[in-house]
Amino acid sequence: MERKSRLAQREAKYGYLFISPWLLGFLMFVIIPIIASLYLSFTNYELFKPGTSWIGFKNYIELLTQDRLFWLSLYNTVYYTVFSVPLGIGVALILALLLNRKLYGVTIYRTIFYLPSVTSGVALSLLWVWLFNPTYGLINVLLGKIGIQGPGWISDPKWAKPAFILMSLWGVGGTMVILLAGLQGVPEQLYEAAELDGANWWQKFRHVTFPMISPVIFFNLIMGIIGAFQYFTQAYVMTGGGPVDSTLFYVLYLFRQGFLLLRMGYASAMAWLLFIIILLLTIIQFKLASYWVYYEAEGR
Amino acid sequence: MLLTGSITKQRDGEKELMKMRKSQFNLLTKIFFYIVLSGLSIGFLIPFLWMISTAIKKPEYVWVFPPQWIPNPVVWKNFPEALKIMNFSFHLRNTLIITSLTMLGTLLSSSLVAYGFAMFRFKFREVLFMLLLSTMMLPSQVTIIPLFIVFTSLRWVNTFKPLIIPSFFGSPFFIFLLRQFFLTIPRELNEAAIIDGAGYFTIYRKIILPLSKPAIASVAIFQFMGAWNDFFGPLVYLNQMEKYPLSLALYAFRGVYSTDWHYLMAASVVITLPCLIVFFLAQRYFIQGITLTGMKG
Repeated sequence: MERKSRLAQREAKYGYLFISPWLLGFLMFVIIPIIASLYLSFTNYELFKPGTSWIGFKNYIELLTQDRLFWLSLYNTVYYTVFSVPLGIGVALILALLLNRKLYGVTIYRTIFYLPSVTSGVALSLLWVWLFNPTYGLINVLLGKIGIQGPGWISDPKWAKPAFILMSLWGVGGTMVILLAGLQGVPEQLYEAAELDGANWWQKFRHVTFPMISPVIFFNLIMGIIGAFQYFTQAYVMTGGGPVDSTLFYVLYLFRQGFLLLRMGYASAMAWLLFIIILLLTIIQFKLASYWVYYEAEGR
Repeated sequence: MLLTGSITKQRDGEKELMKMRKSQFNLLTKIFFYIVLSGLSIGFLIPFLWMISTAIKKPEYVWVFPPQWIPNPVVWKNFPEALKIMNFSFHLRNTLIITSLTMLGTLLSSSLVAYGFAMFRFKFREVLFMLLLSTMMLPSQVTIIPLFIVFTSLRWVNTFKPLIIPSFFGSPFFIFLLRQFFLTIPRELNEAAIIDGAGYFTIYRKIILPLSKPAIASVAIFQFMGAWNDFFGPLVYLNQMEKYPLSLALYAFRGVYSTDWHYLMAASVVITLPCLIVFFLAQRYFIQGITLTGMKG
């Protein structure tokens, strides 16, 4: 008995030892900065500028009541999220359903669909600037071939956000792979049983496939929304927020306040509002999940 | 499941009949699927082809309407010229330093932490692991401003330190991925080795790591891609040209040569290529890594 507890103690000691890098990092790079950021959000701190003082909720009040660009950036971000996330999951699901067959060479297609997700960032953003060129860009050239006069895309305030949404659909590969893995985990017998009961493809999808992969879709929805609210690099590279602030997304504006204007207290308040928004959205989704996400009983 | 089983048995005959009927449709359905998949593939590939096509065009042909897919003449010298202008090899060095060191840091720390979470029982383990998972949802903007202030006062800004050092403290996503994999290794291996007198670090090095090569490979590849493409980190922490990695250098290049699409696309092709090559060589680990983390919500 005593020996056993000594072993357990030893195990616990080593457990903590092994996770200590993360614990330390968690403290230094997460906990302390979070608290510091909360503190900063109640000050008028500006980098390299003396005379920081506690100003209470002033940053938050200014953001919520006076800052037109704050609301605009929030609107732009919500717009982008509302379209790009569900559309992205929808397209990924369609691709995954197409790939979920025993067809010869199907992995080649999977590779091709995933390819755009391999790289991100500046190079592909530049490529899309060029693709979206109103006159010489490929998209409008192709549209022209079928007799459609393409819009100005990222140079047109009305079309800039849809352009980003369209572009985001090119990068659904990651979601597709996850959904495909989910589809492959659905037991074959369920489909056979449904077929014997005379279910057509839609009924099979609606009553077998969808419930079985709904946890995977749920996971992607949560992570997709969190990601979309932090949309930055592409917008920064491609438009810098323009034209007329039509692609000024939330984090882009935060970056502008914090790192260009160096109003770091104000930007911290923005960061905290973002945190709260994401937290609320996540909680709401977990609440809604019980209506549509199907969890198999434990202990299969 | 029980119910389904009995139904299946009962109707075995019917099933055979259905299979026969099904095979008649098979060929047509197959052709249909191939057509749809191929059409979509073209859609996904076209932007890449357009990138390459532009990269090998004579500058004045970039602005020709309608565009030529296979330009005549093909101008290969766009590549060396573009790379020379953007000082490619210099920035490649920066990218390689950052990428290799963050890979080292992440692999080392994340695997140790994942081993701790997967194979050891200790107080608050579940709570701490939940905390770890929840940090994946934390927007990095919440921490970046205080970190920037601290790194500024440490005089770390304009060095690679802010980009590299945090990677030695483990990354939640990779810890999660590796833990999921380690959990598939029987705990008894850990315990048996202890009884044989092996230390935990020996077990980690001689048993856990060799058994987890695929998961380690996934992490290495993800980290490579992440660091290679990272833009936000360098943008925040680096402000001198000579410190720029490729991502920032390409951005700066575009600021000066904003209409020289043949150069910009040539540089983009070269910067994208390593990621594509790594992906083709290690596709298996990629897919596995995504699946390992994506499935458990």
